[in-house]
Amino acid sequence: MSDPRRSSRGGAAYRDPVVTENAATDDARQALAAGARPRRFGAWYVAEHRFRVMRSYGQTILVTGFGEPLIYLYAMGVGLATLVDQNLGLEAQGVGYLVYVAPALLCSAALTTATIEFSYPVLLGYKWNPTFSGMHAGPISPGQIVDGLVISVVVRLAATVAIYFGFMLLFGAVPSPTGWLAIVIATLTGMAFGTLLMAYASTIRDDTGQLAMVERLIVLPLTLFSGTFFPLSELPWFLQWIGWISPLWHGTELARVATFGYPEPIWLSVVHVVVLVTMAVAGWAWSRRIAARRLAS
Amino acid sequence: MPQPVISAVDLVKRYGDVAAVDGLSFEVAAGESFGLLGPNGAGKSTTMRMIGAVSTRTGGELSILGLDPDRNGPDIRSQLGVVPQADNLDTELRVRENLLVYGRYFGLPRKVVAERADELLAFAQLEDKGDAKVDALSGGMKRRLTIARGLINDPRILLLDEPTTGLDPQARHILWDRLFRLKEQGKTLVLTTHYMDEAEQLCDRLIVVDHGRIMAEGTPAELIRRYSSREVLELRFGSDRNEEVARALEGSGDRVEVLPDRILVYTADGEAELERIVDAGLHPRTSLVRRSSLEDVFLRLTGRSLIE
Amino acid sequence: MSVVDHAIEHRGAGRRGVGALYAGNSRAVMYRGWRATRSTNWLVMLSGLFEPIFYLLSLGIGLGALVGTVAVDGQEVPYAAFIAPALLAVAAMNGAIYDSTWNVFFKIRFARLYEGMLATSLGPLDVALGEILLALLRGALYAVSFLLVMQVLGLTLSWWALLALPAVLLIAFGFASVGMAITSYLKSFQQMDWINFVMLPMFLFSATFYPLSVYPEAIQRIIQALPLWHGVELVRSLTTGAVDWGLLWHVAYFVVMIAVGLTFTTKRLRALFLD
Repeated sequence: MSDPRRSSRGGAAYRDPVVTENAATDDARQALAAGARPRRFGAWYVAEHRFRVMRSYGQTILVTGFGEPLIYLYAMGVGLATLVDQNLGLEAQGVGYLVYVAPALLCSAALTTATIEFSYPVLLGYKWNPTFSGMHAGPISPGQIVDGLVISVVVRLAATVAIYFGFMLLFGAVPSPTGWLAIVIATLTGMAFGTLLMAYASTIRDDTGQLAMVERLIVLPLTLFSGTFFPLSELPWFLQWIGWISPLWHGTELARVATFGYPEPIWLSVVHVVVLVTMAVAGWAWSRRIAARRLAS
Repeated sequence: MPQPVISAVDLVKRYGDVAAVDGLSFEVAAGESFGLLGPNGAGKSTTMRMIGAVSTRTGGELSILGLDPDRNGPDIRSQLGVVPQADNLDTELRVRENLLVYGRYFGLPRKVVAERADELLAFAQLEDKGDAKVDALSGGMKRRLTIARGLINDPRILLLDEPTTGLDPQARHILWDRLFRLKEQGKTLVLTTHYMDEAEQLCDRLIVVDHGRIMAEGTPAELIRRYSSREVLELRFGSDRNEEVARALEGSGDRVEVLPDRILVYTADGEAELERIVDAGLHPRTSLVRRSSLEDVFLRLTGRSLIE
Repeated sequence: MSVVDHAIEHRGAGRRGVGALYAGNSRAVMYRGWRATRSTNWLVMLSGLFEPIFYLLSLGIGLGALVGTVAVDGQEVPYAAFIAPALLAVAAMNGAIYDSTWNVFFKIRFARLYEGMLATSLGPLDVALGEILLALLRGALYAVSFLLVMQVLGLTLSWWALLALPAVLLIAFGFASVGMAITSYLKSFQQMDWINFVMLPMFLFSATFYPLSVYPEAIQRIIQALPLWHGVELVRSLTTGAVDWGLLWHVAYFVVMIAVGLTFTTKRLRALFLD
């Protein structure tokens, strides 16, 4: 049924008798030629669109991008560190509180940024300002829309995290030469949570404040109970599971290995990587499935 | 005869048990202006989405530009311009940016897109609005921008779903004028509407759709000739006397249609018919003789008015 | 000038007096807000309850283990008891600011709700007070439940803690009136973002998680000029029992905030919708 040579029934003869595999007519050949580039680069065009939108609130991005690392590193890494270091401290880790907490702040910033980029813009694109159906009415496929979002957020995350890392260097929070790996790790952490959130946001048809709930009941607890401001072991056992399933805990622990050689067995580091990659890929694939279903319905 | 650009045979779309489109067959030739006419819920938009290659058909065959939309969606869509019922312009971007971004979806080089964007802004009479925010535009301007956006890839076929619904009369006329120019340039237009005047203005040929089926097909003039009379006499006796008078009028003209608020008498000569009725002692509060329109065709075909 | 002209002028002047600003019916505005909350987002509202509790559990327990105790007016208190009152003040601030900024901004710019309200006999002061009082009601709900959690965890160290409830409402009232006043002047979402840029450093630096003494003298002075610091100090003194007459300065700070905020909000709402 899907053979185009059979689908132009209805009496009309082919204008061009040369029948090639997929293009029976001039019209068809022209369409196939025009469709080639969007088929190949569609996701990049979507990313281009997203960058343009980001530029429209570029001022906000710049101020938060530079302001937040400064504020957080000073408040937590210097202010709070004064209190922690002069009291019990973190003798077990062998480093000051600034060095200990900085990778957590880095990954946490990635998580926050990913949350912003994968929540309201997704709801907006499907529902409030349905630009996704506009793209789909053009030659862009649902999967490419998702891919384009992913590309744009990876770039945004990497840039945000790199600036953050620059401030960490300025504060002297990165003793290890492998510290730059934390940029990659934090970006991956953001994507691990972000793509799952995108999948969830894609399913929302009736907006009753679900995203605010996610922020309060999931993102905030993740930030607070993922071994960020203190080792997971300081929490009672019945709260520690939050850390194990939290991309932020896996990301932060891994980033600590990179920035100050945090002692942990190599297999655990491998587990961190596997968990983060699995979450990111699963969320991505799930989002693509939902997009295909939702835009075709 | 040239190859049709759109060809549908027994096209069906089901949502669960409900058939939104129930066996439509039609063809659209290149350069033709083709209309789908019908009330809300007749299956027009569903048909448009299938033609737009964004909704898969449940049954039948559909070929757009010689390709199967199920398999060659992106290729087909690269040749279409789509103007949806609800504007989905990107409100986070400015007017001109909307065109730039959309052009890129078709893989067009930036320089080409920029040139076309300026041409199309002029075409849409929005030259001085390029840097405006989308939300600052009026309804008519937004619709023209959406049409300009649909033309950014120089499409073979332009799909318009209810292009003037929700616009004020002046904005409608400006829009019709723009669409008429496209028709003159030889673009293939496919549009849905539930406005008769719109169909008569813009369509070379149309199908009347109801409950997902085709009720009639032809040019506006043909349909009027076939399903209506030359003139229509509209009589109002007041809603309380309507029924009673209707019985007395039975047999007048070619046909009598009784609506809740008025009675329509189909006839070749409205004035003469009115005289006969007055002579018979029936005195309508108001009377009106007008040319027959597609509205009457629809009433004849479905037994109900289009805009309810 | 004729008698009639005088009468018209007089009536015009009257409309600009208090009568045109306040019809004594903020209850109607509150009632509308309550219906709207009940029918749409009461779950979201309820979830706001957990925010300070999460902070308290996480930082109080986890970080508390690293920090131990902190000195408040010469008295050593556990870390959790140190941050709990600060979190209460922050919660009051956040709730009030959210309700009076984002919510109000949306209603002014998009929902055109106030336009409809002001087309009735309601005056701008009714609207301002109604919205703010509703925000306070929500704030009171959060505050009471958080105080209960503090009590259960043994973090209220004095009977003075009972006064923390009115203190929290005072703080929320101050932030809500100033927040609404500022919002009524803003035009775009971009400008709204600036509110966050002010809130974040205030939240982190106002002696919430550690004493002010870690900062150099100059920075301490700046922080002491900001409202949240006064709120944190006020509530912390009450829950730890370190009470003296000096607290009245903090109270005075918020009274001034309320007066200034309400004045500007009313003025602005009238300019936006009635002139």
